[in-house]
Amino acid sequence: MTSLDLPFVFMVLMGLAMLAYVILDGFDLGVGILLPFAPREEQDLMVSSIGPFWDANETWLVLGVGILLVAFPHAHGVILTALYLPVAAMLIGLIVRGVAFEFRAKATGWHRDLWNHLFSAGSLVAALAQGIMLAGVVTGFADGAKYTAFGWAVGAGLAGAYALLGGTWLVIKCEGDLQRKSMAWSRYAAAFAAAGVAAISLAMPYANPGIYAKWFTAENLVRLAPLPILTAAAFVGIWIGLGRLLQGKSRKEWLPFVLAVWVFVFAFAGLAYSLYPYLVVDRMTIWQAAAAPASLRFVLWGVIVVLPMIVGYTLFSYRVFWGKTRHLTYGA
Amino acid sequence: MLADPLLLARVQFGLNIGFHILFPTISIGLGWVLFYLRLRWSRGEAWVPHAYRLWVKIFALTFALGVVSGITMSFQFGTNWPGFMQTAGNIAGPLLGYEVLTAFFLEATFLGVMLFGKDRVAPWLHTLSSFLVAFGTTVSAFWILALNSWMHTPQGYEIIDGQFHAKDWIAIIFNPSFPYRLTHMLIASALTTSFVVIGISAFQLLRNRTWEPAQRLLKTMVVVAAVLTPVQIFVGDLHGLNTLEHQPAKIAAIEGIWHTERGAPLLLFALPNKAEQRNDFAVGVPKGASLILRHDAEAELVGLSAFDGKHPPVMPLFFGFRLMVGIGVLMLGLAWLGVWQLVRKREWPRWQLRAYAAMTFSGWVATLAGWIVTEVGRQPYVIQGLLTTADAASKVPAASIGLTLAAYAVVYGLLIVSFMVVVTQLAIKEAAGEKLPPSVAEEMATVPS
Repeated sequence: MTSLDLPFVFMVLMGLAMLAYVILDGFDLGVGILLPFAPREEQDLMVSSIGPFWDANETWLVLGVGILLVAFPHAHGVILTALYLPVAAMLIGLIVRGVAFEFRAKATGWHRDLWNHLFSAGSLVAALAQGIMLAGVVTGFADGAKYTAFGWAVGAGLAGAYALLGGTWLVIKCEGDLQRKSMAWSRYAAAFAAAGVAAISLAMPYANPGIYAKWFTAENLVRLAPLPILTAAAFVGIWIGLGRLLQGKSRKEWLPFVLAVWVFVFAFAGLAYSLYPYLVVDRMTIWQAAAAPASLRFVLWGVIVVLPMIVGYTLFSYRVFWGKTRHLTYGA
Repeated sequence: MLADPLLLARVQFGLNIGFHILFPTISIGLGWVLFYLRLRWSRGEAWVPHAYRLWVKIFALTFALGVVSGITMSFQFGTNWPGFMQTAGNIAGPLLGYEVLTAFFLEATFLGVMLFGKDRVAPWLHTLSSFLVAFGTTVSAFWILALNSWMHTPQGYEIIDGQFHAKDWIAIIFNPSFPYRLTHMLIASALTTSFVVIGISAFQLLRNRTWEPAQRLLKTMVVVAAVLTPVQIFVGDLHGLNTLEHQPAKIAAIEGIWHTERGAPLLLFALPNKAEQRNDFAVGVPKGASLILRHDAEAELVGLSAFDGKHPPVMPLFFGFRLMVGIGVLMLGLAWLGVWQLVRKREWPRWQLRAYAAMTFSGWVATLAGWIVTEVGRQPYVIQGLLTTADAASKVPAASIGLTLAAYAVVYGLLIVSFMVVVTQLAIKEAAGEKLPPSVAEEMATVPS
């Protein structure tokens, strides 16, 4: 174990947890963002499609921030203090949305409408705030009007990307009119998401010479070319795939969702490459921020034993609720 | 005063953690109640699905509130107390990490199957899911109380360059106050849940005397509460003795002992007077505190003046403790009275049902009071004797903390009210005798009884 680069291992684990979070909670936040566009009678089914999953999906966020806290306690305080207000906004968004999910199912009349509105508003606030947090991380928490505007732009892009995941998830889980609407929503959302990915990809090297140098040398440009090209290809694939589904020329309902996940994976890889080895850009590397090896080793054993079990029963729960969504009941 | 960032950070964290603990306190106990109901399901008694339907909804609501306020906490460790994480992250981090890994995913994932999967998986698998959810909530309590207890009675560490490093994980987890705190909290959860179920069932019976699910659950939970309340009082006493050994200043504040004295009285009521370091209007049992804490009427108890100013404030501990114990005694009386009625096979008198309904959320008050006593009782330290709360606080401007504090307070206030209203409405709706779905009714009818 002594030769093992523990901070690096935990950085990979944290990255995977964060990626799992944005994809998994991304689709259920996305469904929340799309909720206001559907008529009332379809909203129940939309929420049913994420009902059994949202709790566990959100747990990946706790794992991600938990690893930050466990493995990089020095960065945990710095990052969360710098992001104090967007973090608070995200948390309030997640709180409102999570409880609205339960309250709406038990309420009737105008109460139910109110909780529906709160459910979407909370989802949107959480997505925007996460975008602003991401913008803060990639710019090293720089201040100023330019960076604030950039933060909101990334927020809008991330909300669009979540809506894309949510919309394409609904394409898989729904039928008929709602499914067709989801295809149309997903196309709009894809445009937002593409703009967001493009904005962040261009702004990062522009704002930071170190990141510029990592990408824009002749050799690196060639070596890294697959990342932007394949991301763009996925967007084109989503657009075409949704179009063919809308025209009834294809039955591959799962394709747009898979490609949306692909976009997230590639965008994430690009971000990770740009930021590595920093947790706080140009200020704190993973090794400077890392906890004591004894503590990391103690946790690593837990991860090795438990993480495969978590993945296993997560897959099991998705299998239980496989197929087209029906209205949820408590079975009594 | 209001511009003091440390105070604001403490109020904000206290508000959040105080709001959070309300919900796990119910969901730990209620998870096991639902597992019990799920086990009884196969006997074909029609009251069981009715009871299960109401309480699974309340459980889902409670669980969601616990999850979202818990996520908030995982961030507030960093936003409010970066100094704590930078100094003690090597200890706190792994314990929290194990909570996420072994408990959070387990309970959250199987909750989906438990809530919505009854018609999709085999009965044994659904029962297992119900067990894993209850088990997960309890495991979660294990880890978080291990960390909390370590902050009260730290051991198994060494300090290198101002940072805590783990030396012995077993010693860290099973630190001296942990067994007492864990047991005390788990029983608190069971009692809080008992009185929520007792209270809501009594409320239903006040509206519909013949409602069988409420009659059954009321009986069962009254017996549970009658057995557990005295156990809790005993465990609480042991916990107190353990605190006397490790945190004597906390006990001195609880008992209102300003100056070291022999044969200290057990104060039933008093107004602690901080300015003059004495109690006004004191009414007490002579030598009672010495007798209870040292089992010797003439024993010496150390007073607050011996701690050189490094002791917790008296007011919240003194009254918080009496509030908690007072509710405990009330619970004991009402639970034993209930058992007495059951033994005599009497109908529940209306006044008693009203008293039970009034006690529905009494466990919340007692639990909060108890946590305030133990946490404020550790002040001015965040890790007893080693790291002060002031040194752990963040340098975030007071305005940011104030703004977010106000937002949290509004949201939490609305949510508590909504929770209580919705729970009541669900209980009314269920007791009005809403029919079971045809599939369940059929299932109940086909089981040979």
